[in-house]
Amino acid sequence: MLTGADPPLVPDRRQASFVELLHQQAPYLALGERARLADATPHGTTIVAVVHPGGATMVGDRTATLGTVIAQRDMRKVFPADEYSAIGVAGSAGIALDLVALLQVELQHFEKIEGTTLSVPGKANRLAGLLRSNLALAMQGLGVVPLLAAYDPAAQRGRVFSYDIAGGRYEEHEHYAVGSGSLFARGSLKKLYRPDLTAEQAQQVALRALVDAADDDTATGGPDQRRGIFPTVATVAAEGYRELPDDEIARLLDESGPPTGPGR
Amino acid sequence: MSLPFYVSPEQIIRDKADFARKGIARGRSVVVCQCTEGILFVAENPSRALHKVSEIHDRVGFAAVGRYNEFENLRVAGIRFADLRGYAYDRADVTGRSLANVYAQALGTVFTDNVKPYEVEIVVAEVGPTAAADEIYRLTFDGSVADEQSFVVIGGTAEDIAAALRQQWTEPVSRTRTLQLAVAAIAEGSEDHVAPAADTLEVALLDRTRAGRRFRRLERAAVAALLG
Repeated sequence: MLTGADPPLVPDRRQASFVELLHQQAPYLALGERARLADATPHGTTIVAVVHPGGATMVGDRTATLGTVIAQRDMRKVFPADEYSAIGVAGSAGIALDLVALLQVELQHFEKIEGTTLSVPGKANRLAGLLRSNLALAMQGLGVVPLLAAYDPAAQRGRVFSYDIAGGRYEEHEHYAVGSGSLFARGSLKKLYRPDLTAEQAQQVALRALVDAADDDTATGGPDQRRGIFPTVATVAAEGYRELPDDEIARLLDESGPPTGPGR
Repeated sequence: MSLPFYVSPEQIIRDKADFARKGIARGRSVVVCQCTEGILFVAENPSRALHKVSEIHDRVGFAAVGRYNEFENLRVAGIRFADLRGYAYDRADVTGRSLANVYAQALGTVFTDNVKPYEVEIVVAEVGPTAAADEIYRLTFDGSVADEQSFVVIGGTAEDIAAALRQQWTEPVSRTRTLQLAVAAIAEGSEDHVAPAADTLEVALLDRTRAGRRFRRLERAAVAALLG
């Protein structure tokens, strides 16, 4: 302080720090600046969910990107939230995996203490609450957009919930997709979805939507047959949460035929 | 000015212990027993809502006798401790031993500091990949811990039931056979020597053959079928 009356007893160490000066005067140039934070952390890409009679199916690709680079080829983005629900995450990978772990413990903790499971809207609301508490980080570019698919034993049907980064919760009655390839996946879903799909047909439709997303979105990873890395396909129904083994996914992909386009 | 009565610490401890023992002796018993599939919990408990046996974490189960509100407190505290530790470190870092230590501290503190000790006896069991790796701890109202082998019985007629079970015990046998042995021992330990009805039994298994959450309850119909 140039005009201060008394000299400070404790010298202000920040005066000699360029980093502090940069934070005060030009925060957009300092480390921790928003856009860089978002670019410097891996991002999960596309998740697709389809409701069908008696359950719901969720499919997620396995790629995490770091800007234009592939950060991980075999990342899991679809997980069991509990015995009857699946959570898929797109967005900032580190925060997303933490959100999944937190939701899993949250649901299980309630179940153990109360001796009963949360209702499906209860689970969906808890996830909204967790997202809302991440709002500050989301505003700095570390946002997560999850998708929740659950079997509702009370209603005896599958239900899908989508979210925004502020914790807004929306029930989807047919299908939905989130992540970088979601626009292409949603277009595909609109044409392929029928309300009377069987579980296997719903898996097929969701897989084809994901393949379409991978076809047109550079960040979404399609099935990598040479490495044996397949999308995660999870279905929730009265029997509980079940993931398809790789050979079944390969069969569904074979049955859906080759993609259209140039090169053939 | 009147002098306050002097009561020796020995007398206070003795009185508290007697009080707690009397409270526990009024309750029905719980048998916790190794079997080839895991660790089996068999409790005489007609209530379907108020459990004496509970899941704490992936590999750790809990059983209690005595005052319901007191052991329910301990059960919830155990779940909180286990979930916090599992989230902060890893799910594999939640062990029966650490939980038994926390319970011992809590019970010991209540016993010495509070006017009324907890009238409870609890068991913490951790299932391992093999029967040799199983851990069973018995904790009493004053915070003392015993590391038990093969099986443990807590509750009102615990000693009689344990004596009956000891006669039959050789090594861990199948879940069905273990359930039958436990129920026979409970019958022998009871005053009228009548086996409890299947729908008054609360039965659960820490299943070593499963991955993730190993604890699961056996429905009363399934228990009746296993008892034949």
